[in-house]
Amino acid sequence: MSKLQILTKGIIKENPSLILVLGMCPTLGVTTSAENGIGMGIATTFVLLLSNIMISLVKGVIPDKVRIPSFIVIIATFVSIVDLLVQGFVPALAESLGLFIPLIVVNCIVLGRAEAFASKNGIFDSMLDGLGMGLGFTLSLFIIGACREILGSGAIFGHKFITGDGILIFVLAPGAFFVLGFVMALVRHIQNRKKSSQLEKR
Amino acid sequence: MCLVLTVISVAAAAGLAAVYSLTKDPIEASQNKKRTEAINQVLPGFSGTTETVKVCLPEDKDSVTLNMAYVDGELFGAAVETYTLKGFGGAFSIMVGFDKDGNILGTAVLNASETPGLGDKINADKSDFSKQFEGKNPLDFMLKVNKDGGDVTPITAATISSRAYCDAVQRAYDSFVLAKKEDSNE
Repeated sequence: MSKLQILTKGIIKENPSLILVLGMCPTLGVTTSAENGIGMGIATTFVLLLSNIMISLVKGVIPDKVRIPSFIVIIATFVSIVDLLVQGFVPALAESLGLFIPLIVVNCIVLGRAEAFASKNGIFDSMLDGLGMGLGFTLSLFIIGACREILGSGAIFGHKFITGDGILIFVLAPGAFFVLGFVMALVRHIQNRKKSSQLEKR
Repeated sequence: MCLVLTVISVAAAAGLAAVYSLTKDPIEASQNKKRTEAINQVLPGFSGTTETVKVCLPEDKDSVTLNMAYVDGELFGAAVETYTLKGFGGAFSIMVGFDKDGNILGTAVLNASETPGLGDKINADKSDFSKQFEGKNPLDFMLKVNKDGGDVTPITAATISSRAYCDAVQRAYDSFVLAKKEDSNE
């Protein structure tokens, strides 16, 4: 796999929330607006990047038996660091993401990439993988957040383009499932068409 | 095995301690700033000193923080950091400003996780709901939503949040009355 492929596979081919279906809690929970989606995505990307680097650095010294506890300690540390930094320097973001930043620690993507990639690959590759996965996660959160904001509150990035309320259900929990379902279906559809056209060419 | 996990945990703790000491001051500063801004918002035109008092109503478990505002030693009013446990997304806290007679000067949301698009209209920048309290005195303005026989017009489709908001304002008023009594007894 080339370096570029490692970076880009997380964005579309193995997109964490749309294809791997990992990290559903923030995907459904914080995507009430495009801004929240991007904020959560960036915070997760940061944690992914750091934890992947750190885990690939120490993978040689960690015995197999305490692998998962060690990974969790490392991930939890970086999440707390991000939480403190966001609270200290971007209080506005801390307010809108609130509880969801500490919850990055139980996000399956972070531990999943540590287990599946960083514990088996070199530092640079792990870094690219973390970055790619994080960007893919950010992108899908942004798409879902933007759809929900447009449909639910008739606004984008907080700028209202209709008067009055949107279709409120899209801002509420059920709307998250609707939008996620449709976006997933669309991505799968595009992928399937690509695959079949490739088969025809052969 | 134990050694590795211990070393990792110690290193993690050290790293966290470093970041904590680095961010401690900015976090405190941003919280203080938020509080000062909220006080200015609910006590428009006030410039003087504030004194913090904590009051716990007999029926409550948690106390309410009052910033008693004084101008030249005279009581001007208070900015009360009040809370409610009845919000749709759990507890939330708001600040209510009173003049010395108990008239509401303004209200502001401090910390709430009400539903975006519905309950979060308690925020002044999302709807005019919170503005209806301005200038009212809880003595003759019943802090209950219309449906419950009160004078407050609730947010459409967010009656629970509206009720919770009234509950918080009522708690602020009761605490202020109590604090004022203690203040004049001194």
